[in-house]
Amino acid sequence: MASEATQAVDSSTLWGGGRSPFSVSYGKMMMWFFLVSDALTFSGLLVAYGYARHAYTGAWPIGEEVFYSLPGLSGHYPLIYVALMTFILIISSVTMVLAVEAGHRKDDKGVIKWLAWTIIGGFFFLGSQAWEWSHFIHGTPGYITMADNAKYWLTEEIPNNKTAADVANFGLIANKGSENERVIEGAEAVSIYEDKVMHVQGANMTINEYGPPQYGNFFFFITGFHGFHVFSGVVINIIIFIQVLKGVYRRRGHYEMVEKTGLYWHFVDLVWVFVFTFFYLI
Amino acid sequence: MERDDLIVNDSYALNNTHSEEQGVEIRKKIIKVTVLLSVITAIEVALGIFIKQGTTLWPVVKWSFIVMTLIKAFYIVAVFMHLGDERKSLRYVIILPYALFILYLLFIGITESNHINEIWLQYKP
Repeated sequence: MASEATQAVDSSTLWGGGRSPFSVSYGKMMMWFFLVSDALTFSGLLVAYGYARHAYTGAWPIGEEVFYSLPGLSGHYPLIYVALMTFILIISSVTMVLAVEAGHRKDDKGVIKWLAWTIIGGFFFLGSQAWEWSHFIHGTPGYITMADNAKYWLTEEIPNNKTAADVANFGLIANKGSENERVIEGAEAVSIYEDKVMHVQGANMTINEYGPPQYGNFFFFITGFHGFHVFSGVVINIIIFIQVLKGVYRRRGHYEMVEKTGLYWHFVDLVWVFVFTFFYLI
Repeated sequence: MERDDLIVNDSYALNNTHSEEQGVEIRKKIIKVTVLLSVITAIEVALGIFIKQGTTLWPVVKWSFIVMTLIKAFYIVAVFMHLGDERKSLRYVIILPYALFILYLLFIGITESNHINEIWLQYKP
């Protein structure tokens, strides 16, 4: 390197072939080009989300009012869970860059150690996302709509094989969020519930209790597409991990494969940084 | 113009191996960036929890979210993906076409959704 650092190469020689004008290998350059195209896909999705979000200003749900739960706890913890997910992904990105750095020093043990942590971080993130999806789909006790378009929120959840009359303390909240909000209880609430047109609880592809149907669709598609990237990233990391264990890269003389998968893994983290801001915060 | 044909930083080329001292330097930088990313995320979450949408402070907070996100993105790309250490030609080949497309798409998205929003407010039931 020392000799190259001072050596001036004529541009025409450089572009005429023989060596990469970008001073990177073919594989790494193609990984970058793939990431650019993938970034365009994600940007397209996020811009589409922003479009819907902006067009429905007022009716669109706010992240911190939808995502406020922590596993095993019943209180109100806005954004804490998703912040935790973000932190897990950032840390796994750090362990990945440490694996790449160890690779540059041809430090086998370091690569193995940091890559293992990266894979564990990836699994943690996937598990967190599975919980969040299940929570989003299941939702709160939900609301009912009436023939005259009135909307009542349930205070208690009705278990699958029960009816409203079986639920102790069953109640309905009328005009939720406005100044004439009131709670209806007992037999009156049950009779209103019996006359309902529809009971909306949680989310699916056609309707959700949080806001316009597109909100649920964007949630499933954007976080799902990102989760799919995380999943494939974990699979690729495991493959590379096995190769490192087998000593493939030591024999090859360089650890560039670790660096290339590292690029992909950092990209997944990068996308999440944007999803976090635009889906959850704004 | 700065000459781009000098191989000033070839440290990620295949034939290169880092020494232990270089490794120490790089790790220091990684730790610094980690702390920065964590602190920015913590600030974002705190702002998100304490400042509600629709308050007078909200527009400032919203824009600070976007700025903080871009700062985080810059450090992830420049340091973790070490694009900052690549040659200038590669940096531009990656960043410029992307930026061009996305700024254009953002412009279209914002203009159109503004218009749709106006109509929606006008005719909503």
